[in-house]
Amino acid sequence: MIPFAYLVAAYLLLLGCYGVVRSRNLVHTAVCVSVAQSGTYVLLLAIGYQRGAVAPVFGPSTPPGTPVVDPVVQSLTLTDIVVSATVTALLLALAIQVAKRHGTVDPDELNALRG
Amino acid sequence: MNRTTRLVLFLLGAGVFAVVFVVAAFGLPDFGAAVHTYRDASVPAALDRATPNVVSALVFDQRGIDTLGEVTIVFGSVLGAATLLRLAQDERTGPDADEPTPLPVARLFGFVLLPVALVLGVNVVVHGHLTPGGGFQGGVVLATGLHLLYVAGSYRALRRVRPLSWYHYAEAAGTGAYVLVGCAGLVAGQRFLANFLPLGETGALFSSGTVAVLSVAVGLEVAGGVVILLAQFLQQAISVSTERTPS
Amino acid sequence: MPELLVYVTLVLVAVGATMVVRTREPSAQAVVLGGYGLLLSLLFVLLQAPDVALSQIAVGTAVVPLMVLLTVRAIARHRRQR
Repeated sequence: MIPFAYLVAAYLLLLGCYGVVRSRNLVHTAVCVSVAQSGTYVLLLAIGYQRGAVAPVFGPSTPPGTPVVDPVVQSLTLTDIVVSATVTALLLALAIQVAKRHGTVDPDELNALRG
Repeated sequence: MNRTTRLVLFLLGAGVFAVVFVVAAFGLPDFGAAVHTYRDASVPAALDRATPNVVSALVFDQRGIDTLGEVTIVFGSVLGAATLLRLAQDERTGPDADEPTPLPVARLFGFVLLPVALVLGVNVVVHGHLTPGGGFQGGVVLATGLHLLYVAGSYRALRRVRPLSWYHYAEAAGTGAYVLVGCAGLVAGQRFLANFLPLGETGALFSSGTVAVLSVAVGLEVAGGVVILLAQFLQQAISVSTERTPS
Repeated sequence: MPELLVYVTLVLVAVGATMVVRTREPSAQAVVLGGYGLLLSLLFVLLQAPDVALSQIAVGTAVVPLMVLLTVRAIARHRRQR
């Protein structure tokens, strides 16, 4: 049986893509892309998790030698979050420019415009 | 392509993806399993370099070249957004949109929390190698903390505290400092982005070599970049207007 | 079950994501996105990832909803001016 966490990650990805496909507003599309990207965060962190382990930050209460979760996937997820925010920013900037040039943010109406 | 065709295509693709994902997921380790080979390799390496926060050691030391790529992505996307949102020929920064005055409670809240947020941001950046945090998180906290001035005051007050050229310089300085520290590793006789500074003792503020220095550089860059990004959107929402051509 | 809290939060994250996608109006969607970001960071804390949770709160709950609201406002402003 596949662990529930991996199924939730796949569900988030497909849900985000479904939102993009059925969207009627470019800003709504950009937010759905960000939801799809959050599915990858859940997958990465779920792979790195270990029962009974603590966060990979050592200090007075966690001396070296305590079992910790995988820190490599956490560094990958950190990069992922930052890149996802920049992608969303660029998509929103594009939406503003489309609204200014074509007067609409509905993707279906945009397809109908021919030069 | 109309909406129904799009939906049917999506359902087909989603079905294929679901099947492939289920097949692949049987090969993934169990949720909560105890076998993590990357962790067993990276934790001792981080502790050897006197960095208790293993994630920061990975981001700024062991996988530092990936963070250089991420810094470049942030820099490039801020540049891209500024280019996309630059004023066109028929646009000008006209009269600002009217804004309601904030409630006195909101103003008090904002002005009291503004120094707290800035200090918290600097704390998160500087202690990145000791406690959870680092350049990225602290940089974003700094940038959004500055915008408490917009929430509590007015757009004009924000603009006075935020001459954009400072933040352009800060962003460029942060990116350049990251590359310079990397090149200094070459000059010191090791490889690019080597951790060549003295390591100090674990837990002290000045420890872990270049990790703290790179964390500050990235914090500067991300704070400057996010302020510039938000400034572009604020300008579009509040002050840009199209000149009416007489028809 | 030792990870009951993790499973409950996973279910909440799935429900939150569904609400984000189903909210059509972008200005309302920004607020729901902020709440979804908080749920995600709670999940990350439960999966023992405080660095990632900090990053998610700062970016996904503060910066992205702010940019979405400013975009909606910019679009409405330009629509008024045409």
